[in-house]
Amino acid sequence: MALSSLFHAKAFRQPSVLPGFGLTLGFVVTALSLVVLLPLAALMLKAFSIGPAAFFAIATDARVLAALRLSFGAAFIAALVNAVFGLLVAWVLVRYDFPGKRIIDAVVDLPFALPTAVAGIALSAIYAPNGVIGALAGLFGLKLAYTPLGVVLALIFIGLPFVVRTVQPVLEEVERDIEEVSALLGASRLRTIFQVVLPNVYPALITGVALAFARGVGEYGSVIFIAGNIPRVSEIAPLLIVIKLEEFDYAGATVIATVMLLISFALLFIINALQAWQRKRFGNG
Amino acid sequence: MADLAFTLKPQARSEIGESRLLRFALIILAISFLTVVLLLPLIIVFSEALRKGAEVFFKAFTEPDTRAALRLTLLVAVIAVPFNMVFGVAASWAVTKFNFKGKSLLLTLIDLPFSISPVISGLVYVLLFGAQGWLGPWLKLHNIEIIFAVPGIVLATVFVTFPFVARELIPLMQAQGTAEEEAALTLGASGWHTFAHVTLPNIKWALLYGVLLCNARAMGEFGAVSVVSGHIRGLTTTLPLQIEILYNEYNFTAAFAVATLLAGLALFTLILKSLLEWRFADELAAANRP
Amino acid sequence: MSNSIPRRGLLVAVAATALFTSLGVSSAFADKTLLNVSYDPTRELYKAINEAFAADWKAKHNGEVVTVNQSHGGSGKQARAVIDGLKADVVTLALAGDIDAIATKGKLLPEDWAKRLPHNSVPYSSTIVFVVKKGNPKGIKDWGDLTQAGLQVITPNPKTSGGARWNYLAAWAWASKANGGDEAKVKEFIADLYRNVPVLDTGARGSTTTFAERGIGDVLISWESDAFLALDEFGADKFEIVVPSLSINAETPVAVVDENAKANGNEEIAKAYLEFLYTPEVQKLAAHQHYRPSDPSAADPADLAKLPKVELVNIDDAFGGWKKAQATHFADGAIFDQIYKPTN
Repeated sequence: MALSSLFHAKAFRQPSVLPGFGLTLGFVVTALSLVVLLPLAALMLKAFSIGPAAFFAIATDARVLAALRLSFGAAFIAALVNAVFGLLVAWVLVRYDFPGKRIIDAVVDLPFALPTAVAGIALSAIYAPNGVIGALAGLFGLKLAYTPLGVVLALIFIGLPFVVRTVQPVLEEVERDIEEVSALLGASRLRTIFQVVLPNVYPALITGVALAFARGVGEYGSVIFIAGNIPRVSEIAPLLIVIKLEEFDYAGATVIATVMLLISFALLFIINALQAWQRKRFGNG
Repeated sequence: MADLAFTLKPQARSEIGESRLLRFALIILAISFLTVVLLLPLIIVFSEALRKGAEVFFKAFTEPDTRAALRLTLLVAVIAVPFNMVFGVAASWAVTKFNFKGKSLLLTLIDLPFSISPVISGLVYVLLFGAQGWLGPWLKLHNIEIIFAVPGIVLATVFVTFPFVARELIPLMQAQGTAEEEAALTLGASGWHTFAHVTLPNIKWALLYGVLLCNARAMGEFGAVSVVSGHIRGLTTTLPLQIEILYNEYNFTAAFAVATLLAGLALFTLILKSLLEWRFADELAAANRP
Repeated sequence: MSNSIPRRGLLVAVAATALFTSLGVSSAFADKTLLNVSYDPTRELYKAINEAFAADWKAKHNGEVVTVNQSHGGSGKQARAVIDGLKADVVTLALAGDIDAIATKGKLLPEDWAKRLPHNSVPYSSTIVFVVKKGNPKGIKDWGDLTQAGLQVITPNPKTSGGARWNYLAAWAWASKANGGDEAKVKEFIADLYRNVPVLDTGARGSTTTFAERGIGDVLISWESDAFLALDEFGADKFEIVVPSLSINAETPVAVVDENAKANGNEEIAKAYLEFLYTPEVQKLAAHQHYRPSDPSAADPADLAKLPKVELVNIDDAFGGWKKAQATHFADGAIFDQIYKPTN
């Protein structure tokens, strides 16, 4: 509740002529408390109700660790792939004109709209040994579906729009004039892109990648159809939570959930803090 | 309106563009990636849906349970999306127009629902409102149903789509800064007036976008809703849950037919956005170069 | 502050509930509604039963219309939903252990619920069989064939699927008989069997899809009723059923959830509904959908002929009941989990 006490103290914010601080922050904190914090508090209280020793024992169980490693590792790799290709897609969509651009632009949101279970079914149909790409990969002796690789593929699908849709509006805002200036001053095109254009986009890119990563860590619906779900090999952490629930072990389930939550929270917090620090250092925009 | 087409700004300007070859290569690379990652699944969905012909495809939508699921999905979206829109605008105003302690913490808390497994987003409400949960006995005493009824589904949907609008607005408003609002206020405009006539026009595309995404995700949410729904056919099943039911009945054609509805939603909202952009192209161009 | 937040939340919740109730998001057309919470494979069965029951009730109660609402899902998940407040009037689940949980953890019905209806409250049952590709190219005849090297077996995760637990126990029962009860050897067999499983789906229907649609695996271990359904859906020209020498009597019990039925004013109708399951009409229906009826006398002999005679063990005799089986085999860290322990 430290947050709610904040908006009574005036000293904690820098003076500004803009109005609406109390109103908006008050509403935000209230809504956040009700929708997010209260339920999560219930979750964590349940997890900590079993005592630190039991909590630690569950959290460091070899199988739990293996599942966490898979969930975080696969989400990380998928986020990296999406960082590169998401930026590329956003760039192409903002800067170039080509036939079918509108359709391509529309398709990017598909992973948001498609229920995760449908995505999982469609992906497993593609990457299974009898699917289009699965059969192709099979020629090279590569197995995609029902391996950890399948998890990565599903998470690339799930995370892509986060990257594209956070980068796109910012890229659209970048003033073309500074590129012209840069070109006039004799900078090569690549240099202009990497040293003039992209630095404007990096904060949004990092945010997008962090969101894609965070989303991937917790993803369940699409992954279970393509992962194989073999313990210690292709078993994701959210599945372990479901398994604990099936054993009526609510406390155990909330322990794994809390561990995932804390790691994600720490990562997101570090990224947000880094960005705030960067903005302060280099000025707004 | 006929002259609109002439006011569209040229997309590529040679003096700052890439070489034709590089541009072509980048486009091909992007399209190939999107084809494999996004188009193929979409094609699977549509081809499975139409495998048994158009008649069977359309018959899927006449099923009473599917229609009930569609109604429920729309009802949930109508409640969840406006709430998250107001929240998103308020959050991005507070976060981007002011500097205060704990801002990074607040931002992180706003992002948090993204990072929470859908399994958990449902579970937390069960822990709170379920019969064995904290408030369960009280709710039972007063005969209030939240879990396994519509309010629970709405809550889970709000939770899952909570950050969408805010996340869409914050980077943009950060890039835009506060100079324009400060100028308007200095000139004597009221706070609301400033917001409506200065800020809103600047963010309206991102806002629309955020709302569209939020809506798409709200309608498509599966995991969290699955935990709190109770799966009562025709009563508490949303479209994604109905798809699962149909799929588990080996009724693949109907399952994918309903899925095309949700996939179509993503396409439709984007086409809508494109139309709006085209309609207001001159205004947009003006906004882009003040 | 910390006090006002939950209160405000409740206000919102109350307002929302009032709104939804007034919108009438329910099928309020029927005079009476009953909620049957069931497991996954019974969808088709209860669709037929509910129609028959509604007609029967209407005839016997001066035209009173009753609608039976259905909820299907994994048996354990469904039991949990009822414990957490899903207002089921009756539950028809995959195994007695799940109804036991509703009795012990939810306190919604007495713990001796099984004694209230004939045959331990099991109106129909099923068993576990194999589905293989047409012509049985790998020559699979019995449980012992499933552990051969390189063979791929598809069965769901016993942790998340009730049917998968029956699969596991059937395999165990066979191995126990084959090895004269030598537990070390039985465990070894079970471990070998699950090492041949490349995909552990979360539900029985998911496994069937993985096997039949994705083309993964040489043999699917399945409910008998679902195996017949899969043949209907995916083509009897592509797959065939193999019945092992020994299997398990997969008892799928039913019970009235007393507390809920009382609160809903449905006690009489809920009881009548479950008793209706034992009538010749439903017994015939169940046999027609490839369940094993508790009273075969009314069933169509042609339907019964499809259900081959097979030696069946009982959960109570072979495993000492569900409570013990759950603790020994499926609990956290129990025998099933040990299969996946690294062997170093």
